[in-house]
Amino acid sequence: MNFFTLLTALIDGLLIGVVYGIAAMGLNLIWGVMRVINLAHGALIAMGMFTVYLLYSNFGLNPYLALLLAAVLGLLMGMLIYFVAIKRVQNAPYLSTLLATFAVNMILIGLGTAAFTTTPRDSGFSIGSLSLGPITLQGTRLVAAFVTLAVTGTLYFFLYRTIPGKHIRAVSNNRAAAELMGIPSVRVMALSFGIGAMLAAIAGALIATFFSFTVLSGDVYQQKSFIIGVLGGLGNPLGALLGGLILGVLEGLLPLAMPNTWVPVIEFGLFIFILLVKPSGLLGGKK
Amino acid sequence: MKTRFDLGFWLVLVAIAVIAFPPILGQNAALREKTFTILLAIVMASSLNIIMGYTGYVSFGHVVFYGLGGYMGMYLVDNFAAPLPLAVLAGGIISGALAFLLGKAILRLRGAYFALVTIGINEAVRTFVSNFQPFGAATGIELQFAVYKPYGGPAQALWFVYYSVVGLAIFGVVFSYWLKKSKFGLALMTIREDEDAAEVLGIFTPDAKTWAFVFSAILPGMLGALFFFKNGNVEPSDAFRLGFSIESLVMIMLGGQGTVLGPILGALSYQQLRGALLTSDIVIGAFPLKDFQLVISGVLLLLIVLFIPSGFVGWLRQRIPQLRRVLE
Repeated sequence: MNFFTLLTALIDGLLIGVVYGIAAMGLNLIWGVMRVINLAHGALIAMGMFTVYLLYSNFGLNPYLALLLAAVLGLLMGMLIYFVAIKRVQNAPYLSTLLATFAVNMILIGLGTAAFTTTPRDSGFSIGSLSLGPITLQGTRLVAAFVTLAVTGTLYFFLYRTIPGKHIRAVSNNRAAAELMGIPSVRVMALSFGIGAMLAAIAGALIATFFSFTVLSGDVYQQKSFIIGVLGGLGNPLGALLGGLILGVLEGLLPLAMPNTWVPVIEFGLFIFILLVKPSGLLGGKK
Repeated sequence: MKTRFDLGFWLVLVAIAVIAFPPILGQNAALREKTFTILLAIVMASSLNIIMGYTGYVSFGHVVFYGLGGYMGMYLVDNFAAPLPLAVLAGGIISGALAFLLGKAILRLRGAYFALVTIGINEAVRTFVSNFQPFGAATGIELQFAVYKPYGGPAQALWFVYYSVVGLAIFGVVFSYWLKKSKFGLALMTIREDEDAAEVLGIFTPDAKTWAFVFSAILPGMLGALFFFKNGNVEPSDAFRLGFSIESLVMIMLGGQGTVLGPILGALSYQQLRGALLTSDIVIGAFPLKDFQLVISGVLLLLIVLFIPSGFVGWLRQRIPQLRRVLE
């Protein structure tokens, strides 16, 4: 193993890591605003994947244009899920929201399986690769990482510089106080859930440009989102990016040192370890 | 316990008997297979109910105990030709031991963090077992036909397994009932209602929660050993299927969490519904109805969570106060 193999694996890992990070960011936003673990995240990721795949393979639509559609679809779907499944049980014991979002997951995955079966899909999309000396990087992964950074930047601008974004942060901070200030908390939470779902759909859409997948793949990435979310601290969107980078580096470098099948063992071990030692995450303050 | 006639207790026993005995009386193998899955679900749901319904901690990855127990049992049967009762006992012990080890550490976490970590543990154990050579790594363990000989051949072995699972189911619900009526059960329900208040009342909650977790893990471990012995082989994806955990949760929600009768009725109705959907010939448009089993289960779960969170038995208890002394 030479230095350049290591460097390529590292960069590849980082590029994929930020894409994982954006799905986790959605999870974190939802948790931060309404203390709900979204167990339908995987289904939303899969929805993003299939939107891009179907539009590209059937109509030849450029995946990056299809991504915009996937994002809008994710936003609407998230808001729909909030009003149908979350709103009523939001103040009930957390079991209710866990089961409600899981029920949504079952419904979406069930519909997806009935419609598309579970055969593996591959978009077969390629935009060439970039070579810097001995290091070769896939174009789709580079673009995906840039899209992710752009989306993150936009999200931060939205959260800190616009009125609806400030509303979201206010509700996340203290719902009762926000309501007293006249902030329509229900609408704000619906929007937050929508944005969280949108981030999941975008992540799925990006992943579909470089990995093959099935209807059930969403679950795998949902679990990665959990690991990342917990690493960076649930409720902290920027922490998700950090967690994504860590997971990406692990996925890039670990296979060089051990059989591929051991990688998830390490990841889940780390997940449990962080939850036990510091449930507020690496960036989280003292609880 | 007081010695007065306890109607609720007998109701629970009669429910199990009505479910379990028809195949034995008629020596009907087809009915036995169907009833087997129901009893399996009853044991799983009743056990999970101890930590989820009584104590209020949702173990999402409870199937880890079932899978681990199954692997332990299969390992002993395959390598040391252990008799089934011993293998089943070992399955229960290893699951109980895992729960004990995990207990104090993970039960510190409250709410959703606990649910997340249980999912993580199931995944960690599944991926670990997939790499663990003594357990056959990714291919799992397959039993030789000869292991069924001491039980009078495979056909008789199936009956033996069935009687064992009936035994487990009866033990499971009796234990569940006894636990609910005991002082310890009262402590658990206090924790469910308000953990801080429970501490103030003098309940040492870390120990109480750990034991509740252990009690809820032992029977799934034994059950796993029984099931995979009957099945003849065990693989990581079957043993640690998260969906099985969730199905058990759905059954408990359906019947009524925190009740003894609830998980029994929930398991019975869920398995009946599932069976009916999977074998139905109805076609809607271009799609056969059986493709929508997952969707229908999901809709059902959502409706229960949204509109009758206390489940069927809980709902009856709320509506008809006279039933409260009867339905436990």
